[in-house]
Amino acid sequence: MDFTPHTEEDLRKMKMAIGIEKIDELFSDIPEEVKFKGKLNLPEGVSEQELVNLLKQLSQKNTTTEDYINFLGAGAYEHFIPSVIDHVISRSEFYTSYTPYQPEISQGMLQAIFEYQTMICELTGMEVSNASLYDGASALAEAVEMACNFTGNKKILVSRTIHPEYLQVVKTYTQFRDIEIIEVPWVKGNTDLEALIKNLDDKTAAYVIQYPNFFGIVEDLDTLQTRVEKNNALFIVVADPISLALLKPPGDFGADIVVGEGQSLGNPLQFGGPYLGFMAAKKKLIRKMPGRIVGETKDVNNVRGYVLTLQTREQHIRRERATSNICSNEALCALAAAVYLTYMGKKGLRAVAEQCLLKANYLYENICKLEHYHKVFDGPFFKEFVVKTDHDVEYLNKELQKHRIFGGLNLERFYPELKNHLLVCVTETKTKQELDYFLARLEGIV
Amino acid sequence: MKREKKLIFEISKPGRKSYSLPKLDWIQKDVSDLIPEKLLREKPPELPEVCEIDLVRHYTELSKRNHGVDSGFYPLGSCTMKYNPKVNENISRFKGFTKIHPYQWEETVQGALQLMYEMNDYLCEISGMDYITLQPAAGSHGELTGLMVIKAYLNHIGEGHRYKVLVPDSAHGTNPASAAMCGFEVKEIKSNARGCVDIDELKAQADENTAALMLTNPNTLGLFEEDILEISEIVHQAGGLLYYDGANANAIMGITRPGDMGFDVVHFNLHKTFSTPHGGGGPGAGPVGVKEKLEPFLPVPRIEKHSEKDFYYLDYNKPLSIGRVRVFYGNFGVITKAYAYIRAVGPEGLKKVSEYAVLNANYLMSQLKKYYFLPYDRCCKHEFVVSGKKQAKHGVRALDIAKRLIDYGYHPPTIYFPLIVQEALMIEPTETESLETLDEFINAMKQIAEEAEKTPEKVKNAPYTTVVGRLDEVTAARKPKTRWTRV
Repeated sequence: MDFTPHTEEDLRKMKMAIGIEKIDELFSDIPEEVKFKGKLNLPEGVSEQELVNLLKQLSQKNTTTEDYINFLGAGAYEHFIPSVIDHVISRSEFYTSYTPYQPEISQGMLQAIFEYQTMICELTGMEVSNASLYDGASALAEAVEMACNFTGNKKILVSRTIHPEYLQVVKTYTQFRDIEIIEVPWVKGNTDLEALIKNLDDKTAAYVIQYPNFFGIVEDLDTLQTRVEKNNALFIVVADPISLALLKPPGDFGADIVVGEGQSLGNPLQFGGPYLGFMAAKKKLIRKMPGRIVGETKDVNNVRGYVLTLQTREQHIRRERATSNICSNEALCALAAAVYLTYMGKKGLRAVAEQCLLKANYLYENICKLEHYHKVFDGPFFKEFVVKTDHDVEYLNKELQKHRIFGGLNLERFYPELKNHLLVCVTETKTKQELDYFLARLEGIV
Repeated sequence: MKREKKLIFEISKPGRKSYSLPKLDWIQKDVSDLIPEKLLREKPPELPEVCEIDLVRHYTELSKRNHGVDSGFYPLGSCTMKYNPKVNENISRFKGFTKIHPYQWEETVQGALQLMYEMNDYLCEISGMDYITLQPAAGSHGELTGLMVIKAYLNHIGEGHRYKVLVPDSAHGTNPASAAMCGFEVKEIKSNARGCVDIDELKAQADENTAALMLTNPNTLGLFEEDILEISEIVHQAGGLLYYDGANANAIMGITRPGDMGFDVVHFNLHKTFSTPHGGGGPGAGPVGVKEKLEPFLPVPRIEKHSEKDFYYLDYNKPLSIGRVRVFYGNFGVITKAYAYIRAVGPEGLKKVSEYAVLNANYLMSQLKKYYFLPYDRCCKHEFVVSGKKQAKHGVRALDIAKRLIDYGYHPPTIYFPLIVQEALMIEPTETESLETLDEFINAMKQIAEEAEKTPEKVKNAPYTTVVGRLDEVTAARKPKTRWTRV
């Protein structure tokens, strides 16, 4: 395929106007020694028809969540995606635009992001939101840096019940920054509150809890809030946005920063990306926030409009003193999230959350009635739960695969102490038939 | 079109809805049986309540208030706003690419792993590097990753004391910001009269404390750093590494390679060079390539191939790795589009892309310098920078020129960047624009230059044709209103 327009005649005219005979002359300032001789060793270009076939074949080597019944979650969730979303984000005025630097011709994206920010604030119970970050994990890493920056402290307490890959990303981001990460252990699937309180002192920049946590358990932030004494550390919560239609928002528990993965809001699984990290915070932190923020203002005729605001925080103005290096974020994924939240609305999102909760509980209760599967953790859970099995998890998942089921995540992968433990996810997409089929197959494993 | 557009919250009416869900009559339990009251939400979030048609009309109208590459010419310098092929949009939506979970067992995602593995190979070939990670989600994320790899390597070889990262004064803001985020101190290198790195200054700065030089080549003035081999030697002699900011890689494909110029680390912006759409500010993808000695430090997991079994897998066993920079493996959907682009155009096509991108820029420059001051009057690469200095004499600033261009139907160039040019207008046409488009743009720029001289007020009050006029950014920043609230 070829997406360039020039005819021989065009080329001739342009070369003449520039005053060259050959295009090569435009590269004469590149030293001969570093010029690439010959042809790049890449497959030859193909027609659109061939390209589609080629990629279709490659895509068909993957087994999809349509082919199998999927019970994997763990940070990437299979929720139903209404048709309108792809239609909206396929409007090419949106998806072929750049970051809205020129507000007069970018009001569409700016307003959509302003609305997105509002929805994120509503869900999290916070005062301000940015326009999105790369994903939930990097959003947490940014929140941690923000907390160090704000408090002047360098010690971070992170519960081991947060997504283990999020913890890994936090460690990557902070490893050269002289920031100390203290991992807080868990008891029966919940953050060990005593250990958290013991480690929390006036040198702490922030403490981090996931809500619901990686095991699906709704951490008791109410007790945490009453037990933790007044301190200067920031309280960072990693939250599942869909659960927040049902659960008390972190803001009500005194959270200072709420971050999380927004993929579940209308974005496909897509093998892990692109997703979007959301970040909301208390107003006092707005000037320390990373990334784009859209603000409302008026134009010269007093007409309401939107602009990228507080840009002096950002790299293109502040350079090495910026709050972060982030430039491109995940605007189109944030747009998808906003459309999803609009479509679901106040009642629909709650209904989705309720279905997740009730269906996950139905499965859990019935799994625990089976002979080789056991309850291990305490506390209410949302759409994911942990069971211990007498089987080897790898073997179990292989058996399930024969029945076209993606079973649960083998928790030993992240927690060596959780041998034979399975993390199972159930969203509103699962039917009674599918859940009963899964139960029957689990029971049938010997 | 109405000037002021209602917010979705202002359209909302209690009782309206778009959603529908399957019945759940087979579960008798209630939420309150499962979650303690103290953890339950008391007041629902204030989300809009609208019908599907309201939703569609709302967002359709918003889209009409936005300018994309498909709406018209978008010569935004350093952003490579080329045409985004539609076939790639379809391909990335194949269910075999969208409906796969990142934790599926490897044998069920062989197609995805193969695509990423081959993408690594292609990017190695194009960049002249030895290994690639596809994990970073954007260019600046790639910069951070690349610098952390450098830091980890230096620590490993006992050179951890090197605290300085050298950055030219023409560099993208992300370069110093990334260096600072990685714990380095930033030292700025001045440009010389030809718009390139000042070799004497570089020699003075490159020393036993230098970790790296970050360089964009061609640089943000669109000029090729002719002294690249000497630069490379100076930095390497001092024991530092050379980092390539690939924002401007659209100028060099099949023509020269960062690896051959002596760069040790490079990042690409798939959303610039490889035609994936910018999405209004993302998602992008910022793969990072390194030379062999840096390979052990790349993020995990790495994508490997078991040749005998013809099996692709994820390798986490890299003890020296800096770790993860995000969850899972990268912006796979974006990578899919870029992969399709490389397969579609092939090696000759990529070279042609760069040749035409450079041809288009030089053609535009040759015509625009008749009306605008050209601070560096020499052959450019894929972009160039003119100055609004002449027009400033009439009180017309680069910002005014940009706003006036909107009335002519164009997205303005990047303005006030790079910082070393007064009243900078940084123009990147890309290879997908035709001669007619370029000529029309030249004509518009010519008319604006005339207006600036004869009727400067007309330019200073632009734009006139947009849904809103110039917006009060000062008040927006002073009293930030960043969300809607019910009054």
